[in-house]
Amino acid sequence: MSFISKAHRGLPAIGAVAAVCLTAGWAVAQEDATVAVSAIVEHPALDAARDGILDVLTENGYVEGENLEFIYQTAQGNPATAAQIARQFVGQNPSVLVPISTPSAQAMASATQEHPIVFTAVTDPIGAQLIVNADEPGGNITGLSDMSPLADHLDLIKEFLPDASAIGVPYNPGEANAVTLVTTLTEMAPEWGLTIVEAAAPRSADVLGAAQSLVGQVDAIYVPTDNTIVSALEAVLSVGQDSGVPVFSGDTDSVERGAVATVGFDYYQIGRQTGEIVLQVLGGEHPSTIPVTIASGSDLFVNPAAAEAMGIEVPQAVLDRATVIVE
Amino acid sequence: MSTFALLGAIEIGLVFSLVALGVFLSFRVLNFPDLTVDGSFPLGAAVAATLIVSGVNPWLATLIAMAAGAAAGLVTAFLNVRFNILHLLASILTMIALYSINLRIMGRPNVALLQQETVLTPFYGLGLAQAEVKPIFLGVLLILVVLILWRFLVSDFGLAMRATGANPRMARAQGIATSGQIYSGMALSNALVALAGAMFAQTNGFADVTSGVGTIVVGLAAVILGETLFRSRAMLIVLAACVIGSILYRVALALALNTPALGLQASDLQLVTAILVILALVLPGVRNPIKALIRGGKQ
Repeated sequence: MSFISKAHRGLPAIGAVAAVCLTAGWAVAQEDATVAVSAIVEHPALDAARDGILDVLTENGYVEGENLEFIYQTAQGNPATAAQIARQFVGQNPSVLVPISTPSAQAMASATQEHPIVFTAVTDPIGAQLIVNADEPGGNITGLSDMSPLADHLDLIKEFLPDASAIGVPYNPGEANAVTLVTTLTEMAPEWGLTIVEAAAPRSADVLGAAQSLVGQVDAIYVPTDNTIVSALEAVLSVGQDSGVPVFSGDTDSVERGAVATVGFDYYQIGRQTGEIVLQVLGGEHPSTIPVTIASGSDLFVNPAAAEAMGIEVPQAVLDRATVIVE
Repeated sequence: MSTFALLGAIEIGLVFSLVALGVFLSFRVLNFPDLTVDGSFPLGAAVAATLIVSGVNPWLATLIAMAAGAAAGLVTAFLNVRFNILHLLASILTMIALYSINLRIMGRPNVALLQQETVLTPFYGLGLAQAEVKPIFLGVLLILVVLILWRFLVSDFGLAMRATGANPRMARAQGIATSGQIYSGMALSNALVALAGAMFAQTNGFADVTSGVGTIVVGLAAVILGETLFRSRAMLIVLAACVIGSILYRVALALALNTPALGLQASDLQLVTAILVILALVLPGVRNPIKALIRGGKQ
């Protein structure tokens, strides 16, 4: 998979700036930089985002241990700890602060009005009051939203199941990002002739029950980018296989784990796109002038074996278009 | 540790010292192990944040948040006193119910206050950095709370509450209505915890439904740490010890995470938390043999 070409396809402006940074980076040795990354919880997707950020920095002449100090801490699920980490980071006077997730970003934003902040994996940065305006963020904050391409997802489900009328969405009502997605989906669905059936699962132990409650009510299950559901994805998949209700997902990693298909990005790409913004800030640009962008990615992931196990056929058009066919 | 990290540790320590004082009231004064706090902390944050966003004066919003916390405490006390449900179980039931209630109150899992006026806003313009204003504001608040709590606990009513916790049968024999004492103690305890939640939301710019996780552990750790360091029977010192214990706990956590020599990783955080609490629990026992050694040396 070539990530660089994707970055160009999705974010030409940032790609160009990155190219400039790249040449500048090799021409002169980079100045010492400190990048402090904080996530709310350990999670394969969030960890992948962190790795993406570090990889982009490394490729552009910032070598950890030489001219780059890369600090990483997680709050292990506790927002109070996130607040303390934020203050600790600000005290270390880093060049850029990178909070991953909504509560981490809010804690960081309240800890400093001066140090540049580049948030990532925040679905609704305006609703979270991190910024007022995506085009001109002002202040010291910019970043990347991981809002899913929901329209593409509904299109894809309709392509697999033209007669579908109800989609089940298991989600954690305690997770800000997931609630934003479900609310948006419910508003959009009538346009596709669909209704959304919600199934709440506040903890990963509740996911199996939530998925089972959807059987008989829905034609397909859609797993949004919800940390709780994704961490218990196998429970949803087993329900899908037992009952013949196909399971679609909002992220590509989940297709590799056994969901039927999706269009979009993985969190490593999100990390890389965030890394490009971090580079801009390290290059001297002020966050107030860097527009907040939505993560881009149009990879079509299909898992034919999963489709067969859940009793549906993969349309030939989808197979032809697929970027990655999971074996 | 940088000044900023230290100020941050003090600030969050001060917020959680309100939790410590609440936990002190339930666990130590009333002898009522109360896990409601894991729900009443985010409840305070949720009520205050929701009201502030809808335009209510932040001071009033904070007061209403405290009232909501008191109500949560009353529910736990009611389940225990009226229906004889084991105190631990009663408080767990209230705690899990509060998760859903908090979501209802906020209407979503996370309410942002970053661009709203809070009780602290008027003090930001006075020439000090926000990082300094917050601990000073909270410090003054805590001095007031400790003084009020102290006057309360040495009053006749407060003595009756302490008697209820120490020996309920004796207290009843002295004509104290013990169930009334449990109701008021639990209400007061959870009102303090909700105040902590409201202050957390306002100093950190958001209320999140997950912010209650582990509140009880932090509160208890602070109480025990304070007790270990300050052995006293004077109520004022005992209360102040809760506050100092809470700050020290945060400073210890910051130091542990900030010292590369310890070789700790980000993922070790919960382990560090547990070890700090274990140390606080074990230290009183360890101190005595040391004392004995010193004494032995003198003889």
